[in-house]
Amino acid sequence: MNTDLWQYPFVHQALMAGVITAIMTGVVGPFVTMRNMGFAVHGLAEVGFTGAAGAVLVDASPEIGVLVAALVTALAIGVLGVRLRERDIAIGAVLAFGLGLGVLFLTLYTRYATEAFSILFGTILAVSLDDVIRSAVVAVVALSALAVIYRPLRFASVDPEVAAARGVPIGLLSAVFLVILALAVTEAVEVVGVLLIVTLLITPAGAAQRLTANPAVATLLSVVICLVVTLGGITAAIYTSWPVSFFVATFSFAIYLGARLVGPRLRAPRALPASAPTLSARVPDHDTGAHRH
Amino acid sequence: MSVGQTAAVTLEHATVQVGGRPIWTDLSFTMAPGEFVAIMGPNGAGKTTLLRVLLGLQRLHTGTAWVAGQPPRPGNPAIGYVPQHRGFDPDLAVRARDLVAWGLDGHRWGIALRRGATAHRVDEMLDLVGAGAYADAPVGQLSGGEQQRVRVAQALIGNPDLLLCDEPLHSLDLHYQQRIVELIADWNRRRGATVLFVTHDINPVLTEVNRVLLLAGARWTAGRPAEVLTSETLTRLYGTPVDVLQHRGRVVILGADLGSHAALPDYAPVPE
Repeated sequence: MNTDLWQYPFVHQALMAGVITAIMTGVVGPFVTMRNMGFAVHGLAEVGFTGAAGAVLVDASPEIGVLVAALVTALAIGVLGVRLRERDIAIGAVLAFGLGLGVLFLTLYTRYATEAFSILFGTILAVSLDDVIRSAVVAVVALSALAVIYRPLRFASVDPEVAAARGVPIGLLSAVFLVILALAVTEAVEVVGVLLIVTLLITPAGAAQRLTANPAVATLLSVVICLVVTLGGITAAIYTSWPVSFFVATFSFAIYLGARLVGPRLRAPRALPASAPTLSARVPDHDTGAHRH
Repeated sequence: MSVGQTAAVTLEHATVQVGGRPIWTDLSFTMAPGEFVAIMGPNGAGKTTLLRVLLGLQRLHTGTAWVAGQPPRPGNPAIGYVPQHRGFDPDLAVRARDLVAWGLDGHRWGIALRRGATAHRVDEMLDLVGAGAYADAPVGQLSGGEQQRVRVAQALIGNPDLLLCDEPLHSLDLHYQQRIVELIADWNRRRGATVLFVTHDINPVLTEVNRVLLLAGARWTAGRPAEVLTSETLTRLYGTPVDVLQHRGRVVILGADLGSHAALPDYAPVPE
């Protein structure tokens, strides 16, 4: 529609923030699906909304409010839900209490409605240069921490019994990862808002793991999908003036559906002895391996 | 006790409590290096707990434990561990080769960039257990028997002196049971590794084991299979009539299920 828009700083800032967020959520997402932490992501984001509402109430920046609330919630979930079975209950309890507070804050602060809307559905086209710099710092800190714990965290996420036996500090890694997740949630809230957080933290990783069983390739694909949907979403929004988060969620969902369609062919589980190409990723429940010996 | 210095595994007057409930009490048991011992007992008898004590993941309430003369600690590279079978999510982006590699370096900090020696060693282990054909398959899409072989490769890749196996034959058909037992027995014979093997059926390992450790709630007994797996011993141990039949080289235990499926009657109070 209007190519001149590309010269405006707010577009550049949106794209920069988008790239930072996409990389961060693309790397963190596979851990969320691997550790079945979808509910935790949702909980962190919703309590982030309360943080934003509270911050506005005391005249602070909503972004800082989201960050603080997500970190506090991550620690609360970590302390209350030490055992896996208790985790969802702890998240539910913390989330409900947090949202209750959010309702109170909204009521107390009557001229809040527009800002509430932007926290719920994203504000990427309104980010300032300061926001971009803050995003970059948060991303560098979080991704550096993740790089340090990357291998043992994968081990602990997939195979906790053996990881514990091998001396991996499971509890410590869970706590550190919750904090990293809180930081990723804070970044993603800026792009897609509280309510659509999973469109960056779960859907791309879910699509990626449908396409490959190679963990490194899966993470790379997850980042690429996050970049495509975020930058694509911003671009589409600029040309149509429809909301960014709508496009991001739609593109993300479309890629996920596509991955489910073609995935089984790409994730062929093994080379068959007869060297016939296998088209099905499904392995029958019973053992068919006897003939190999 | 001087045996504590040289034995592969030593437990002295060891008692474990979980949630205030005694799991087993006053267990004194020593394994010589290279010994193959089967652990049997009903649900909740503390078979897995015993392995966790040796892994340094469960503290003793009283008594002491040593692994090769050292107090148990997590991360002991001399121990290989095959955990109880638990399925993986079929969509998980983790291949058989990743699981095996973690047995070697999964505990190290940083990002895994496996080249050369490690990758070669992983391939070697996958071939050893006959899992080479599905090295790149998602672990969640392997059958139970295939996963167990990958588990064995994961446990063996660190070249352990002590192998702790928790029901590695669970839900496997006879063919796969045999394959897994062969792999572990071979490691036991050729490498001289000590093996502690939790099983609910003694028959697949009957010809391999040196001794059987029977846990029965608070009580326990140990000895060669022929000594321990008798009607008299089991009846005394469980405080309920148990018949042991020998049939074509197989042992059939009637009246008490020593496995993880059916509950044994709760044990009577410990005789003084």
